[in-house]
Amino acid sequence: MKPYYAVLRLRLSNGLQYRAAAYAGIGTQFFFGFIFIMVFEAFYAQTSAAAPQMSLSEVVAYCWLKQAFLAFIVLWLRDNELFQLITSGNIAYELCRPSGLYGLWYAKLLAQRLSSALLRCLPILLVSLFLPQPYRLELPPDFAAFFLFVCSLIIGLFLIVAISMLIYISVFITMSPAGSLLMFSVFGEFFAGMIIPVPLMPDWMQRIVYVLPFHWTVDFPFRVYTGNIPKLDAATGLLFQLLWLAALIFIGKIAMSKALRRVVVQGG
Amino acid sequence: MTLYFKYMLLLFKAQMQYRASFLLLVLGQCLTPFTVFAGLYFMFERFGEMKGWSFYEVMLCFALTHMAFSITECFARGFDMFSSLVVSGDFDRLLVRPRGTILQVLGSKFEFSRVGRLLLGIGVLIWAITNLGLEWTPLKITALVLAQASGVIIFASIFILCASFSFWTVQGLEIANILTDGGREMAQYPLSIYHRRIQQFFTFIIPFGCANYLPLQYILGRVDNPMYAFLPLAGLLFLAPCLLIWQIGVRRYRSTGS
Repeated sequence: MKPYYAVLRLRLSNGLQYRAAAYAGIGTQFFFGFIFIMVFEAFYAQTSAAAPQMSLSEVVAYCWLKQAFLAFIVLWLRDNELFQLITSGNIAYELCRPSGLYGLWYAKLLAQRLSSALLRCLPILLVSLFLPQPYRLELPPDFAAFFLFVCSLIIGLFLIVAISMLIYISVFITMSPAGSLLMFSVFGEFFAGMIIPVPLMPDWMQRIVYVLPFHWTVDFPFRVYTGNIPKLDAATGLLFQLLWLAALIFIGKIAMSKALRRVVVQGG
Repeated sequence: MTLYFKYMLLLFKAQMQYRASFLLLVLGQCLTPFTVFAGLYFMFERFGEMKGWSFYEVMLCFALTHMAFSITECFARGFDMFSSLVVSGDFDRLLVRPRGTILQVLGSKFEFSRVGRLLLGIGVLIWAITNLGLEWTPLKITALVLAQASGVIIFASIFILCASFSFWTVQGLEIANILTDGGREMAQYPLSIYHRRIQQFFTFIIPFGCANYLPLQYILGRVDNPMYAFLPLAGLLFLAPCLLIWQIGVRRYRSTGS
């Protein structure tokens, strides 16, 4: 476990260096947050519409949490260093290391997301808690909901790293990150509820979404925060998250060892 | 102008060398706004309308904005990548050539894969128009064409403006995304759904409203005043200050060396 922890710590302090870039990014994130909320507000202005499964204040919380934890949940965050390792042939050096490749890369990707989100989430959350209505981020209904939210957000982070590991592993086979990154990020983010929250999708779409692992990363923790998912369901949801996590890591490890067995070192 | 087309042909041939990768990029460019579109469709299925705008009316706005954005990204991408020219010092080379800087930066890069987004936009436009059942007069068609042209010019002006910043900061600014990606995200819905301040900002300062919302009012028959059809021309005025800032930037440009 020790080398993985070292990689995690090193990358974390490395990522926390880029503070100016993060602060510039916060302005952009606020602008997008306001635009998203105003669009949803315009839809909710319809009084004649049948009551949706989610209230406007829940959608607003969903939007702000999405902006604050963007680095935790987006699939298009990519590490070009890893892609280059594979396509340039420098993977040979990585293979000489005594610790498992899967664990090392996992720790590296985890640190990247963690440092990026740590710099951005606090200012966004703090400001959005004090905005005028209807843009204010409401606090979760009680402490238990908040606790469950934190747990599910953390497991969700581990899940998203496990999913993005699959993208990197697929580069061993295709040699170009464009294709798999495209499919995963475009459809994965839609199924995760990044474009519109899952309860606002039509029923047939929701049935597809609940079969796939993506909604456990974004949709589930944010709805636990707002209390849209009751506490008992949230607790069992945590179990499902852990099951998916175990399955995805298992698949990733097998796929990686298979890919490594027939790895072709590119050029020199 | 002939030089511009020569640049274009050259880069087109270069990009077509990797045909499979090119097609994949086109597909990707098409799919990304497609999921946004799907989300919008689902929202309308649930809510019916959006502050008095029907699905097909919003579609028209969405299509105009995405088409304008993709055309601009195709042709004015050189400005988007401009900060790297300044950082590497390659901008010096452009300055010693006997041609205008704007033309050369425009010609430095074309991103033909953006055709994917354009195709989606055209598809949505046709779908919206066939379902709206509007009576088309020559003036309405003029309004539509002008609105599209104005949209392209506004996006291009923003690209030039953001590129000019790199004369002062050397690095491109992430905050500039508010104007490009944020502008696109904002302008894909009718302006009237936003807060009053935002409406004013995007009508009088960055005139996105002139490029879709106001002429659409006329095309959809909500306003009878034919003046609205020519409002996109006001959007063209935005180009002038952006070009001016560019010229000031070029004059005070100091090479980074290297």
